[in-house]
Amino acid sequence: MPAHAAPARGDAAVVVTGVIGSDTHIVGNRILSMALERAGYKVVSLGALTPAEDFVKAAVETNADVILVSSLYGQGELDCRGFRDLCVEAGLERILLYVGGNLVVGKQAWPDVEKRFLAMGFDRAAAPGTRVETVLEWLASDLAQRHRSG
Amino acid sequence: MGTAALLIDFGSTYTKLRAVDIAARRLLGWGQGPSTVTTDIMVGMRASLADLERRLGGLPRFQYRLASSSAAGGLRMVTVGLVRELTAEAARRAALGAGAKLVGAFAYRLTLGDIDAVVKLAPDILLLAGGTDGGNRDVLLHNARMLAQSALACPVVLAGNRDTTDEARTLLAGKDVIATENVMPELNVLNIEPARAAVRQVFIDRIVHAKGIDRAQPEFDAVLMPTPAAVLEGARLVADGCDGEAGLGPLMVVDPGGATTDVHSIATGEPSAPGVIVHGLPEPRVKRTVEGDLGMRHNAANIVDVAGIDAIAADAGLGAQRTRAIVEEVARDVGRLPRGLEERAVDQALVRAAVRHAVTRHCGTVRTVYAVTGPVAVQEGKDLSNVAAVIGTGGALVHGADPRSALAAALAGPDDPNSLRPKAPRLLLDRHYLLYACGLLASVEPKAALELALRNLEPIDTMSPLEQTHAV
Repeated sequence: MPAHAAPARGDAAVVVTGVIGSDTHIVGNRILSMALERAGYKVVSLGALTPAEDFVKAAVETNADVILVSSLYGQGELDCRGFRDLCVEAGLERILLYVGGNLVVGKQAWPDVEKRFLAMGFDRAAAPGTRVETVLEWLASDLAQRHRSG
Repeated sequence: MGTAALLIDFGSTYTKLRAVDIAARRLLGWGQGPSTVTTDIMVGMRASLADLERRLGGLPRFQYRLASSSAAGGLRMVTVGLVRELTAEAARRAALGAGAKLVGAFAYRLTLGDIDAVVKLAPDILLLAGGTDGGNRDVLLHNARMLAQSALACPVVLAGNRDTTDEARTLLAGKDVIATENVMPELNVLNIEPARAAVRQVFIDRIVHAKGIDRAQPEFDAVLMPTPAAVLEGARLVADGCDGEAGLGPLMVVDPGGATTDVHSIATGEPSAPGVIVHGLPEPRVKRTVEGDLGMRHNAANIVDVAGIDAIAADAGLGAQRTRAIVEEVARDVGRLPRGLEERAVDQALVRAAVRHAVTRHCGTVRTVYAVTGPVAVQEGKDLSNVAAVIGTGGALVHGADPRSALAAALAGPDDPNSLRPKAPRLLLDRHYLLYACGLLASVEPKAALELALRNLEPIDTMSPLEQTHAV
């Protein structure tokens, strides 16, 4: 291998993505996964209908930096309850947790919804209509901060 | 007579021989002697050859003399992985696929207690996995360090995160280490062939000698693999065929033994219905499972625990109390052949229960998940509902009262609609115990081995035309 060739995985951050619970809406999650890959992340894509435990198991085995949870069917709050605790239990205290999609049913004010998910231990909650670019910016800055704090 | 081959199985109880005429694709005869690996393997080898000679009226010149072995406890393996359902499971599957007897399966960080247990188990080979390539490093390296400091003497096959290979090798400097590809290079990508091949090579290079099997070397050319791997190779040959000759297609082999029940499948296991979502670890096309709690003698009481005494008694047509008494009797006397009608009936009920539960565990399931968009079918494990054949092998089946009904216990039924067991396969019986022999012969004469197998697998799905009409 020539000296200048990129290493197989390099130091690319590993992001686990998937759609949580009994939710089959995969398209948005797939678009996000493609964008993350293009931005140089190593994406471990779990797809639709993924139980919370499977996100955590995948993150352990792949030594992931971030778990990115999608929920589109309004049951996100139920499905995501205890997600941070599962991570702590599996030894992933410092992993970044993002959640996004149509997280709740009905018309609820976003700041309330966001507050609830942050209180559940997510580092970022993305409102409906959040652009891919915004997520990439969040990731870059959050990972840089993790890196600085060692 | 054309050229002949001698196929040897150094078993745990018997040394079994099969002599075949390669050109004529014909079984010439068989011979059997005691298994004497623990003392002098040559005693049993000579006795079985003498038995064969007596039956044939003389021994032909053998062009090949190939052996498999499950003697001296079989190929005893311990596997270690990270997450139980991921790399630890992949490591288990690699060991089983290599024909091993899995004596311990560990996950996550090994503790001092675990290390103690591993050393006490004294496996022939330890398979160390953990982490996807580029994934978790800490756990495999921790486990390598713990093993390095232990009294474990066996070879270690390293099949984890490739980034850890060099460091793990250094840590394990005092041990015999064979490094191969990761059993799970990417999450949910199964890559067990290299680990299987490495295990088999260690078996040939070292275990055969360590167990004293090579002392019979004057009477054979090579010990190629553990006997369960030979059966798996035979099954693969019968399913896939070989150059210029078709096999039977996707199939399953069921082998209820005295201590365990083995199930092999050669099939992708993909959903047979459209629109089904598959969940969980991908399945190996060539898969072997071993049910350690379903054995006709050593584990007869366990079969009753699993199936329920009422089910066994009802199937045997006896009372629960009488059934339990008979089960206790056969479990005490593991070499026992059934005596009288009642014992035969209980034996038949036990074999049916062992087959039914072992096949249910081997096959996948499908369940309905109610998503907002409507119901979705989710499959876990292999869908084997459309396999072309189910082959029965082993003494309990072949010498049982009714092999057809025992093998039919593998089939899907209306009582358990979520199980993806075979629906309407051909039922075949390996009456002459040739599957392992064909697996061995396939390494040198695949076409002859295939034709020999196809000629000797006996169709036993002899329902009357009327029955068949109603069954459909």
